[in-house]
Parts: sequence; structure tokens; C-alpha cells
Amino acid sequence: MNAMMSSAKNFMHGMISLIVLIFLWEMVCRAGLVAPIILPAPSDVFVELFNEAGWYASQAWYTLLITLAGFACAVVGGVLIAVALVSSRFFERYFYPLIIAFNSIPKVALAPLFVIWLGTGSEPKILIAFMIAVFAVIIDTVHGLRSVPPDLIDLGRVLKGSPLSFFLKVKLPSALPSIVAGLKVALSLALVGTIVGEFVSSQKGLGYIIMSAQGSFDTVRVFASLSILALMGVVLYGVLAWVESKVIAGRRAQN
Amino acid sequence: MNAAGVVAESISKRYGGTRQTQALQDVSVSIQPGQFVSILGPSGCGKSTFLRCVAGLERITDGSLRVGKDPVAGPPDNIGMVFQRDALLEWRTIRNNILLPIEFAGKSRENYQHRVDALLRLTGLSGFADSYPHELSGGMRQRASICRALVDDPRLLLMDEPFGALDALTRDQMNVEMQRIWMETRNTTLFVTHGIAEAIFLGDVVLVFCPRPGRIVEAIPIEFPRPRPLEIRESPEFGRLVTHIRGLFEGMEH
Repeated sequence: MNAMMSSAKNFMHGMISLIVLIFLWEMVCRAGLVAPIILPAPSDVFVELFNEAGWYASQAWYTLLITLAGFACAVVGGVLIAVALVSSRFFERYFYPLIIAFNSIPKVALAPLFVIWLGTGSEPKILIAFMIAVFAVIIDTVHGLRSVPPDLIDLGRVLKGSPLSFFLKVKLPSALPSIVAGLKVALSLALVGTIVGEFVSSQKGLGYIIMSAQGSFDTVRVFASLSILALMGVVLYGVLAWVESKVIAGRRAQN
Repeated sequence: MNAAGVVAESISKRYGGTRQTQALQDVSVSIQPGQFVSILGPSGCGKSTFLRCVAGLERITDGSLRVGKDPVAGPPDNIGMVFQRDALLEWRTIRNNILLPIEFAGKSRENYQHRVDALLRLTGLSGFADSYPHELSGGMRQRASICRALVDDPRLLLMDEPFGALDALTRDQMNVEMQRIWMETRNTTLFVTHGIAEAIFLGDVVLVFCPRPGRIVEAIPIEFPRPRPLEIRESPEFGRLVTHIRGLFEGMEH
């Protein structure tokens, strides 16, 4: 109850700052302090969004789908890789260093390569979103699976369940809060990956709009896309934060 | 009734590595089926190591150790274990926590619902079957974990300082409850503790361990009739036992 009240309060405070910011911004533009090509007035951006609502919606929908597809792949792939790392000494010894090394490559730099390999459709964008997001899932899942309290491990051994049922009934649920924390980060990263993919080559999506608007110095359009992206980021994060609160609710802090 | 004895014949446990530590040396003891045995000692005396060896969680390096007729190699079948921190699964209700051993044994949960209800009644948790662990106090949580250990009628109940994390008053109350539960179920019970009064109050026998190397210095039979009331701790006889054991501990410090 209390937590909900305080998060509602935080939301209110954030909204107030946002409204004040937009108001000041509007004043600065109206006063003619900056050229519209540098910083368009918020009212112009709203008008643009309103007039072209259907078009923006379909572009945003495309970006959202790519993001979710990349995220879904990252969740499945990341959890599977993490499970393999934790349960196999061999895998840990030979693949973990490789994964760490791979993680240190700036994934954005791989984007052009994926376009060469996979063309200009959705696939390279999903792959980039996946690549950027998957490490967050791997790292937090490994951490969660390794932090299962020793008593629970002993309990599992004494009860002599099958390794699979022990994993599903004890280890995985025990690691869940950590996994969800990883997902929260991964979802934001998947959105970044999608936009990067759309920058590199695309005829669709918010990243594409931003790139093409840049070519014609259409700052209003850039800001319209950015505001949708910001909203999308906040909503996606909010959904996972809600999931996280559901998962953690009713759990005593583990050690 | 389904109770196993435990026989240890000069078992030893060394931890390897560069600095070898002798966790247990030449421990011999014979525990009868249905006995309540308190295992008492200061920290580092090997009492928990002994329990973990019986549970098959640690391998002995020498000697022979049997639960029932079988030598211990890995956890024996059908034993119950209670940990210092209850080790309940936070995401399961109390009922589902208690049914965990049944699920792991591949048995039908339905057949054990009555058993769970009976155990909850026995431990005074009847109204809490559908609560989650975080809704219970420390003492209630530990009672729930005792129910979990008892649900499949174990041949052997192993308890590793189960009341060590509880406050003194709750602990007294748990001692009384533990005696009542044991008198009802008569499981062979190994109860590790560092509380002298608790060990005497509950045990048919108190095995006094001492450290460096971990070994049994004395096995003291406790003759008080049951059920023992808490006030028994004020009796001169009880006082003499406490003094005697304290003397054993003082003799250990060199």
C-alpha cells in the first residue's frame, strides 16, 4: 500500500517537473531566443504529432515490435546461456571468457556487418537489439543462479529430487528477482539496439524517421519521434518495474 | 513407525588443502532408533560436520557410518533436515513448502493433504496453510520447516541449531513444542545446539563435542521422565548436569 502511494507520489513529482520544463521550453522558443531549426517549440511538435498521428503510430508500432522481438530473443537466449554457464564446468571454462570478450566489443559497431549478412529487413535490427540486450540477461541470471542460499542447495540434496525438478522448483524461482532486474535493463537496451539498426539501414521505424528528417533539417519531426521514443521507453520500463514488484512482493530480503 | 538407528565407528573427517584441519577425529557413537540425541559443543567442535556427514552432505575420510543398515554414501533415503535459518521457499505457501519433499519423491500430493493438516495442527499452524512465509514470525516459520522435515515420516530427523536464530522466549516455547512433537512422532532425532540447557532439556542423550580436533568427550544419558516441564531447568539435578558440562567445556581451553 505504502509503496504504491509513494510510487504514485514520485510519478506526480516527475509530471510536475516535466510540465514546468515544457512550459519554460515553450517560453524560450516563443521569445525567439533560439532558431526553430535548432529547437522547435513544444507546441509545434504536438501539432506535428497530432496531424500525422496515424503515420507516427505505424512507425512506432514497427519499432516496438522489433524491440520486443529482440528482447524476447535476449530473454530466451540469455537465460539458456546463463543456465549452461552455471551448470557445466566445461561451458564455464571455455565459453565464459569468450562471452566476456564478445561483450567488450561495442555492439553498435557490428550493425553494418549484420546488414551485409542479413539485408535491410527486420532481421538485422532484431539481431542488434538481441546482441545489445542479451548480456544484461546473462550476467544477472548467472548472478541469481549462483546466489541460491547454500541451505536451499543442501535441502535439495537431502530431498533427492531430480536435478530438473530442483532447478525448476528451487533454483530458478530463487534467482527470479535477479533475472527480472536483468530484464529491466535488457528491455531498455533492446530499444537502443533497434534504433541503431534503424539508423544503419531502414525504410521504416522511428530511427528511420530521425535519420531521414536529419537529411532535410526537419527538427520538428526529430523531436516528434524522440518524444514517442521517450514515452515508449518509460512505458516499457514501467511494465517491467511492475512485474518486478510482483515478483519481489512477499519475499524476505535474501541474505 | 519408521525409525532408523545411526552407528558411527571411529569416523574422521579431514578437510584437505595446504592447512589440513581435522574436523572430526575418531568419533564413535551408536544411536538407537527413536532416540532423541542432543549434540552439544562450542563452535568449531565438529558438531555440524558430524550432522552433515550423517546427512550424506559431507564425506567421511575414515571409519564407517551407517544409517539403518546402509552405509552412508550421499544423502540416505527418507531423512528430514531442519536448518538454522528455516530455508523455506518464499514464493510458496506454507502448505506447498511442506509438500516439497512429497513432490521431490514423486508421490501424489493429494495423498498427503491430511498429513499436512495433521502436522499443522500438531505445530499450532492450522490457520496458516495458505499464508506465505513472510507473513509468519521466526518461530512459526521454523515450526513450518519442522513440518516439512516430518511430512514424509522420515527415518531420521536432523536438526542443525534449529532454534539458534530465535529470541530466548520463543526458543523456550519451541523447546516445549519440540518435545511434544517428538513424543508424538518418535522419529530418531539428532539435534545440534550450543545451548546447554536446551540440549539437556530435550535429549535422551547429550553428546558433548569439543574442538581441535572435533571429537566426543562424553555421552551423557539424561534420565528425566517425559514430558519434561520447563521448570525442570530449576531443579538441582538439572543444575548439576549443567555444571558438569560447563566443566567439560572449561577443560577444553588450553
